[in-house]
Amino acid sequence: MDKHSPPTNPDAREPDLHEPDLHEPRPRNLLQRLYVAFESPGRRRALHLTILAILIVTPWISSQYTTVILTNALLYVVLCLGLNIVVGYAGLLDLGYAAFFAVGAYTVGILTQQFGVNFWAAIPFALMAAALAGVIIGGPTLRLRSDYLAIVTLGFGEIVRFTARNLEITGGASGLSHIPEPSLFGWHIDSSIDFYYVFVVLAVLAYLASQRLFDSRLGRAWLYVRHDEDAAEAMGINRVATKLAAYVIGAIFGAIGGIFFSVNLGAISPESFSFQQSVLILLAVVLGGMGKIPGVILGAFIVVLGPELLRDFGTLRLLIFAVLLLLIMLFRPSGIWPEKRS
Amino acid sequence: MTWYDSFLQQLVDGLVLGSFYALVALGYTMVFGVIKLLNFAHGDFYMTGAFAGFGGLSLVSGFLGAGWLGIFVAMLLAMLAVGCLGVVIERVAYHPMLGAPRLSILITALAVSLVLQNAALALTGGQYTAFSTDLGFGGFNLGNLFLSYNQIVLVTIAALLMIALELFVSRTLYGRAMRAVSIDKDMCRMMGINVSAVIAVTFFIGSGLAAAAGTMAGAYYGSIWYFMGFLIGLKAFTAAVIGGIGSITGAMLGGLILGLLESFGTHIPFIGSEWKDVFTFSILILVLVFKPTGLLGKSEVERM
Repeated sequence: MDKHSPPTNPDAREPDLHEPDLHEPRPRNLLQRLYVAFESPGRRRALHLTILAILIVTPWISSQYTTVILTNALLYVVLCLGLNIVVGYAGLLDLGYAAFFAVGAYTVGILTQQFGVNFWAAIPFALMAAALAGVIIGGPTLRLRSDYLAIVTLGFGEIVRFTARNLEITGGASGLSHIPEPSLFGWHIDSSIDFYYVFVVLAVLAYLASQRLFDSRLGRAWLYVRHDEDAAEAMGINRVATKLAAYVIGAIFGAIGGIFFSVNLGAISPESFSFQQSVLILLAVVLGGMGKIPGVILGAFIVVLGPELLRDFGTLRLLIFAVLLLLIMLFRPSGIWPEKRS
Repeated sequence: MTWYDSFLQQLVDGLVLGSFYALVALGYTMVFGVIKLLNFAHGDFYMTGAFAGFGGLSLVSGFLGAGWLGIFVAMLLAMLAVGCLGVVIERVAYHPMLGAPRLSILITALAVSLVLQNAALALTGGQYTAFSTDLGFGGFNLGNLFLSYNQIVLVTIAALLMIALELFVSRTLYGRAMRAVSIDKDMCRMMGINVSAVIAVTFFIGSGLAAAAGTMAGAYYGSIWYFMGFLIGLKAFTAAVIGGIGSITGAMLGGLILGLLESFGTHIPFIGSEWKDVFTFSILILVLVFKPTGLLGKSEVERM
């Protein structure tokens, strides 16, 4: 442990800004009301059902453009919840998360388009490939310090992208196209509304899985390792195995996003999996609140819908986003909807 | 052309490339030395330096010309401007974060990098800007080896900057303070060293060296754009790691080694130049995994 970063919790810098408010009897502003509404278990179920109902109804009352954007937002929900396991739960900064996304997308793309494998039969291979990638990246590097780990994951992300660009089987720089659309029990999934519902299901599954993992024994082990690695090890938690589990599970989330991303678009190219992609996913997680599931989902929607709303600003919108990230780190480092610690 | 001439030509190319890497790597390693921060935005200081140098050259080319003299003055202006920018960024973004967890500082550095990149993107519209100079393509032959004057001047300036830095760090009061701060910041404070000032000086020098590299690279390659700092930032970091992060001599050595490795590595049979970057990143990962202290770094028992 570095002596300049004492093992305090990340909120220690600004202890009075928001946390005590959570426990006050009467929330003062709208945002706090929202927190309370979601934090209390009684209203949780009602909120879940309302959100689900909104998600199901939306494509019938909105334009196709909105449906496509929302599908993209739901894809980011899956990816961000996956990265949240690595960064938020286990506290490992991964700057190459798009690599797992790429492994899922390319495995399915190659198997279905070049070898004629059925889409559903290709999924297990894609998941195995991603888990393997997680072990390959995580195995030797998890013993490193966090900033070295960040750079190594960045390097791995770039290696995956350059490899996809240089190999023939991945279609080189132009990538793969004409990836066949899947069908399920006679239902041919091809329209944008079909894919929207597929991603609703994926996002709900990712949400449930994240929730269960957070409450599990492994989830508590992550929390412990993140807060004090040495103490965790002294209590009998296998440090490396716990971190590796976070990597592999995060990789599988990313691969699932990639698998359905590839069939949704029908075409993939190396540029879909650039460093910027990894940064955008990380941005969503940090923006929303690392480790906090509703926060991360909110972050995913902000990074997808925000640029759409700022479309009139042209290239300035990326600058606005970058400044926003910087301001959040300086003034609210635990995100918009931070994790509550007991 | 025999294998021997080809070898010499790769050596020259590697030295030129290595000089750029070394200058950028120095900033990484110095900042890491004093505040243990991996400054992700460092590659973007190089990019900003290239643009500042471009602006400086159009300012002075009227009366100094756009030859090496003009470029040299433009480079000094760019170093000054980007050095100040580095100090401001340290004050505004990094200083308040010094007590925060490492993850927060890293993400802040990433955010600074994105701000600089996207500011340049918004200003240039993402287009390449031509860095036009009056540098010719002159040179002379040494046997079958062709040496251009530009390469010689460039490597000389880089070498002079590195010698100046080495003298500054080993001979001056601030250099000594810098070394002391990198060993124990709290103890320095107790001994009456103005740690904040030392950090500011470190950022000024580190950013200034990146700007020098940026200006020279712009003049040498002839075009600049907003994303030029990303790859060289990563590679310079690799160089700093090879040499041993925190070690100034190590960063110079690492830069030259990486430049030579890239130059020779791309000529190994079956490895085309399109695998060059994969090659570099593989070296980075291998060094970090098997010898994280690098060639000249101090071994430090530290776990995060």
